Amino acid sequence: MLFGSPTKKASPHENIFTVGIGGAAGDGAREAGASLAELLNDFSFEAFVSFDYPSLIRGGHNFSRVSFSGEKIHSDHSALDVLVALNEETLTIHRNELHKDAVVLADSFEKEDLERFGANAVVLPMKEFAQKIGAPPITRTSAALGAACYLLGFSLDNMKAVLNDVFKNKSLDANLKLAEMGYEHLEKLQFRHWKKLTPQRKEEAELTDGNTAFAKGLVAAGLDFYFAYPMTPSSSILHFLAKQQKEYKIKVVQPESELAVINMALGAAYAGKRAAVGTATGGFALMQEAFALSGMAELPLAIAVSQRYAPATGTPTYTSQGDLQFVLHSGHGEFPRIVLAPGDPKEAFACGAEALNFAWKYQTPVIVLLDRQLSESLETSAANPAKIAVERGKIAEGVPENYGRYKITPDGISPMIFPGTPGAVVKVDSYEHDENGIAIDEAEKVKAMGDKRFAKAGSIAKEMGAHNTIKVYGDKSSRDVIVFWGSTKGAVLEAAKYLAKPVKLLQIVWMEPFDAERVAAELGGAKTIIDVETNRTAQLAALIREKTGVRIDKKILQYNARPFDPLELAEKINNYLK
Amino acid sequence: MDLATKAKITWCPGCPNGGILVAFREAVTDLVNDGKLKPENLVAAAGIGCHGKITDYLNTNTFTSLHGRVIANMEGIKMANPLLMVVGFSGDGDSYSEGVGHLVHAARRNSDINLFVHDNQVFALTTGQATPTTPVGFKGKSTPYGSIESPFNPLLFMLSSGATFVARTYALDIAKTKEIMKAAIAHKGFSFVDIIQPCITFYDTREYFKDRVYWIDENEPKNDLAHAMEAVRASGAPGGADAKVPLGIFYRVEQPSFEEQLYK
Repeated sequence: MLFGSPTKKASPHENIFTVGIGGAAGDGAREAGASLAELLNDFSFEAFVSFDYPSLIRGGHNFSRVSFSGEKIHSDHSALDVLVALNEETLTIHRNELHKDAVVLADSFEKEDLERFGANAVVLPMKEFAQKIGAPPITRTSAALGAACYLLGFSLDNMKAVLNDVFKNKSLDANLKLAEMGYEHLEKLQFRHWKKLTPQRKEEAELTDGNTAFAKGLVAAGLDFYFAYPMTPSSSILHFLAKQQKEYKIKVVQPESELAVINMALGAAYAGKRAAVGTATGGFALMQEAFALSGMAELPLAIAVSQRYAPATGTPTYTSQGDLQFVLHSGHGEFPRIVLAPGDPKEAFACGAEALNFAWKYQTPVIVLLDRQLSESLETSAANPAKIAVERGKIAEGVPENYGRYKITPDGISPMIFPGTPGAVVKVDSYEHDENGIAIDEAEKVKAMGDKRFAKAGSIAKEMGAHNTIKVYGDKSSRDVIVFWGSTKGAVLEAAKYLAKPVKLLQIVWMEPFDAERVAAELGGAKTIIDVETNRTAQLAALIREKTGVRIDKKILQYNARPFDPLELAEKINNYLK
Repeated sequence: MDLATKAKITWCPGCPNGGILVAFREAVTDLVNDGKLKPENLVAAAGIGCHGKITDYLNTNTFTSLHGRVIANMEGIKMANPLLMVVGFSGDGDSYSEGVGHLVHAARRNSDINLFVHDNQVFALTTGQATPTTPVGFKGKSTPYGSIESPFNPLLFMLSSGATFVARTYALDIAKTKEIMKAAIAHKGFSFVDIIQPCITFYDTREYFKDRVYWIDENEPKNDLAHAMEAVRASGAPGGADAKVPLGIFYRVEQPSFEEQLYK
């Protein structure tokens, strides 16, 4: 096993099941995992799907892992109850991740594998089934889907009804037939069913990833333009919005470089359009100078930055939380910015909407910090709010006499006018400037304009009271506190199901401005504080110390470019709680 | 119309940038008076370098960008509001060196913007270093033993990148520069104008260009790419002893603009 036995309330294999599907890139392992999760979601289960794939197009090993349960599940688990092997290599790579009664489905088995897996090895002739009905080989994974439905004890009719929905627009007939063949194959073997899981969920929920949720948040807050250069793990925002652009009535543009991306977006913002950009941290590194231009010229901009393991090219398709401090300190010079770090798709949606609204309200850049784990993993997520208020910001009424784009005001926010307005001259400038946008360098004038921009920081700080800058879960009165941020929320909340005692779980959502007052209040009087992050240098712990003076000595840090496994994490936390 | 601002002009006295400024103000005044441009729809953008100071001297909508990024800002402005008439000023350091990546893509995408490059063949605001149009042998602060890099031909580069309007003018010929600017603005699609602008402080080429620049015959075909390439090549590398430097509109063709297609 990958992990020891934590002090457990319940074994995951009793109320949570995990299915792994592996194959060569191009075999459809990824799509099969997503389809299985769609199916489970339609049956009102809660699911979480992670994808593990290298940065190549064909031949490498692709693996999707679906954990599901009747109750809310925040992260997938690494121990498998079912392994679907679309190729020989999958059996080799994942044989040590199997729970003791795990079922292994494959087209065929080598003799030694048959001995190893014993009665749990099930020959499921997926390729042969697909050939028999003349379907393309990639559809063969549907036979495994059917087999999983049998294991779960669904009736054949119910399965077909749901698959009608899952495979609409996707070779429905072939997929349905193959699922039926897989189901009947296990039925004929009179193979055992799993313990029955009862879905608890009553409300409609959708299976979504963080990138899609973030993109929908932008659209809900009135997005006009999205600019991006392809870079994993941010590309699916670009793909989603590009596909939906006509329906959403937005424009999606892929320019020549990240430098062009952010500069085009700033041009669009100057012309009055709500623009957003998305990139990975490497791409954001390229945007630095123009990020500062957004601050200096007070041009509103929402920016999605999805972290992947770095430095440099790093491991493009694997996760990390190694860029919190980079993002907080990004751009040269001092100017107000907002940095939000959602922990799940629901929060990613909210942050997407807030990013655009705050950017326009405060005429400054807003970063939403994602990571590969959040950007690309699928999770059952409650429906997003039907309507989001669109905050247009402070727009001048008519054209004031001697209008200046950078008029000094008590809250630091100058009324906006956009070019094309008769009687108005709108000047924006990357140089330090006067109220009219003319370059200056005199000491007093420089200080006055800097003070004006930082008056906005004061206004932004006042915003914190009305928002969930932090979130507290678990036993809110406990003096044992676990602090975390971003996608690590999923692993921590899932691990919390297996902790030796109830603890307080503190998620930091607002990184800049930082809600030092609330964080200090939650950490004050704590006996044990444990910081959990997927980076090497405990960047959140450093931020907490900087802002509150609270020093955190107990750290659980993982920097192998992989997210935490909940049970492994629970074991590490339990060791600290002893 | 009064396009002047209260900002003090800080170019060197006698700098040909003043000629570009006057030509542009006159071109805009003509366009407004002729009913071809509403003043509120004009956006003048600039990069960073001596040329970039021009936005402070224009009482119109302006966007003063970073070094090398003005083209991307202009494209963003134009696609956000295609009713705006977007003109950008840039320099040979700004758009041939730092921002050359944006230049090639704006040309191939045929964004309906107008780029006027103040080409003084030197980094002037940083007090005299070689740029991509500086001749071999130029002795500046970063090349005290003479530049060893061959200059490139920006017009040839633009023609091969798909620019649909390619012209060159001379900053000291204000009347002609104004006409070229008006023609560039009237053109739908990416308009590129290289403006030879001697730097009187760090690389004074006034004497050199005085007898070498000449205006090409206006009746020469403007829609023949091979012919245009030939014509701009004829100029040789500025700085060569015998080179003649042709001025005028070398190429002008109608192609769908980026914005037209974006909003189709």
